[in-house]
Amino acid sequence: MTAHDGHDVLGDLMRASLDHCVKCTICETFCPVSNVTPLFPGPKYAGPQAERFRIDDEPSPDASLDYCSGCGICTQVCPQGVHIAEINTRARAQLKATQGVRLRDRILARPTLAGRLGTPVAPIANWSLGNRLLRLAAEKTLGIHHRAPMPRFAGRTFQRWARRHSAPAAAGRRVAFFHGCGTNYYEPRLGEMTVGLLEHNGLAVEVPKQDCCGLPLQSNGLFDDARGYVHRLAARLAPYAREGVDIVATSTSCSLMLKREALEILGMSDDPDLQVVSERVFDICEYLLAMRERGELKLDFQPLPETVTYHAPCQQQGHGIGKPALDLLALIPELRTIETGASCCGVAGTYGLKREKYDIAMKVGDGLFAEIAAAAPDRAVCDSETCRWQIEHATGVRAVHPVEVLHRASGLA
Amino acid sequence: MSHHDVVVVGTGLAGLTAAVRLAEDGARVLVLAKGVGATHLSAGTIDVLGYAPERVDRPAEALGALVDARPGHPYALVGAGGVAAAVDWFKARIAAGPLAPYAYAGGVEENLLLPTAVGVARPSAVVPETMAGGDLRRDAAICIVGFRALKDFHPALAADMLTRAGVRARGVELDLVPEGRVDVNALGFARAFDAPAFRAEVKAQVVAQLGVEERAAFPAVLGIADPHGAWTELEHGLGRAVFEIPTLPPSVPGMRVHKSLHETLRRAGGRVILNAVVTGAEHRGGHVSALRIRVGLREERRGADWVVLATGGLASGGIELDSRWKARETALGLPVTGVPEPGAERFRPGYFEDHPMARAGVAVDHGLRPVDGGGERLYENVLVAGATLAGAEPWREKCGDGLSLSTGYRAAELVLAASTAAGAAAGVAGS
Repeated sequence: MTAHDGHDVLGDLMRASLDHCVKCTICETFCPVSNVTPLFPGPKYAGPQAERFRIDDEPSPDASLDYCSGCGICTQVCPQGVHIAEINTRARAQLKATQGVRLRDRILARPTLAGRLGTPVAPIANWSLGNRLLRLAAEKTLGIHHRAPMPRFAGRTFQRWARRHSAPAAAGRRVAFFHGCGTNYYEPRLGEMTVGLLEHNGLAVEVPKQDCCGLPLQSNGLFDDARGYVHRLAARLAPYAREGVDIVATSTSCSLMLKREALEILGMSDDPDLQVVSERVFDICEYLLAMRERGELKLDFQPLPETVTYHAPCQQQGHGIGKPALDLLALIPELRTIETGASCCGVAGTYGLKREKYDIAMKVGDGLFAEIAAAAPDRAVCDSETCRWQIEHATGVRAVHPVEVLHRASGLA
Repeated sequence: MSHHDVVVVGTGLAGLTAAVRLAEDGARVLVLAKGVGATHLSAGTIDVLGYAPERVDRPAEALGALVDARPGHPYALVGAGGVAAAVDWFKARIAAGPLAPYAYAGGVEENLLLPTAVGVARPSAVVPETMAGGDLRRDAAICIVGFRALKDFHPALAADMLTRAGVRARGVELDLVPEGRVDVNALGFARAFDAPAFRAEVKAQVVAQLGVEERAAFPAVLGIADPHGAWTELEHGLGRAVFEIPTLPPSVPGMRVHKSLHETLRRAGGRVILNAVVTGAEHRGGHVSALRIRVGLREERRGADWVVLATGGLASGGIELDSRWKARETALGLPVTGVPEPGAERFRPGYFEDHPMARAGVAVDHGLRPVDGGGERLYENVLVAGATLAGAEPWREKCGDGLSLSTGYRAAELVLAASTAAGAAAGVAGS
């Protein structure tokens, strides 16, 4: 199960947690997918129950697991501490290993590759993404749903901006920024705002060279490739961690990968670089709120007389840090924040982009979209990029990272 | 490190009650829990006292006698008055919550007798309005309507058992399945009942099968978003009393309790972090300053002025007994009292027997603060509520909900009173 010679102790512990399942069905009541489609029988059935019948190196008898979106809510709500989502993700990789991974999933799982190819030809690439006929053709040939919320290439990279950016002279404590692929190729402005906000608060921001975190590969069952990406990324970030420099991230799913998932799901707990990095990675809102608690955050926010909704993505909830964005937004005078109650937007990274899963993902997000539509906000705030794209696609409301709001309220826009 | 006025550990009935009560009074509340609590597994009724040891008709009276006879029972910490206050508060919160006008009926004065899914009479004091019509003290025949696709509820079984107990009852089964579903649990049916079209279809299929005098019983799946609407529509449409009978988990009425309290907490500004396992506390002398929690692989601290511990008992993992007979409270490592000596009998063969292990738990003083074997208070700012408390036998006494509700409520009241007193003292000192 592991890419290394050592025994995957953590992975075995994850799997052994299935014996704590008392079949209470709490996970099933919360599963966003099984509640809208019979194609996925639910986390209890596919997880702790079916896992007992899975044998290493033998084909899995049940392919319904492919319909698990990997949102991780089952693990969060389980009162017995069963690592349901982790068990299911590993079992899905096992399933893919025997069934084979289709070309579409191999492409969707490599955002860096798409980013490198699309960025220089952004106008053409974006035109293609917006062209209905080409999208229908892509749906037919590849299986990417023609209406799926594919991001638009920015035509420039955040890395390039960061290399040319000159930091303010009187900067203080160092911090490393792990921006992820979404920021680099699609939303470089978010990276610029993050750097601006951190520098405004007296930090010296460094932007290490970096690549994909491997999460899309992991989600699509390509564990070996995912481990390669994690290994290389951890090697780039580890020097900072070893020097005591905190690593902040704007993508909650990518940072969760480094904090937990690569250790628990990919069995990489013996990677020395990842060990030090996982201890030092912080979600940007988690970090800003900790600064606030230490009295390090500038609080002279300008009033923003507008209404926003806030949706905490599933992967953000996987951090176990609550919803720090809410506490940060509450610091802004005159800003009205409506916290949405629905748990999931449906897209779950690349899941909702796929032809056979698009409708399921949209149905999962129905409750959230209705809440946002009812609130009629100026912006929908959400920490995760794929969720933002899904929300914009479904509601037409502009979706932004909490940093965008904080950046404006700090008078930096 | 974050800091809150109160950190509540546990998100069952006791924890949520304490958290909501505190948050609505303006306290900054953080709830930490391993996962979602036992509300999803409960019938959704507030059973105050069902047996003591004979069946109880008037719980408030019986509770007074129970406390006199057994001062070590946790009900002694709140008394009949404390339970009544908590029940009134709970009923008001549900009635004003996200499921309003869905509300609760009954009170601590008398028990209703409600049929269970296996057709046994069950004494319960405070029940969802959707269940009150099933009171078996009323002599009216019952037609139990089930769904063939709902594997967790069998009307023929319930009706047969009720008939043996002298209740006129019979069962019918419908072949209706919520659209597009294959394997449906109670929640699947509840979601279907939120839609008017499904209600209409049920009405149409049931109406001709009912006798003139019969009440109509359904498994407790009459809506999760709009239970009041589904229930009243069936009552009007069928022209008779309609009531729910609780099912096996997932229990829809229990989920309604969770949803109501959780949403009320959120609206009051309370925060919840799940999958956060508390692994200990940092303290100076008898004062806890922060809790240690394991988040993924990282350990973090969460500061608090007060801690309310409501992690449940043996069944919920709040208390563990290992193979060396060592019992421990899992979050703070508090001493557990009432555990039989190694080698001594822990359990007896019959489920409803008086098990030596049954009353094990954390002992507290009158302010719900944990004490050691000698009765010495361990922490000044930690309060214990719910099934973690020593001295009760909820499944024999049918008092678990009442205990969790009333001790959770009392814990919040004690924290608020102490904070007010401290605030007043600080005000005096500052002037």
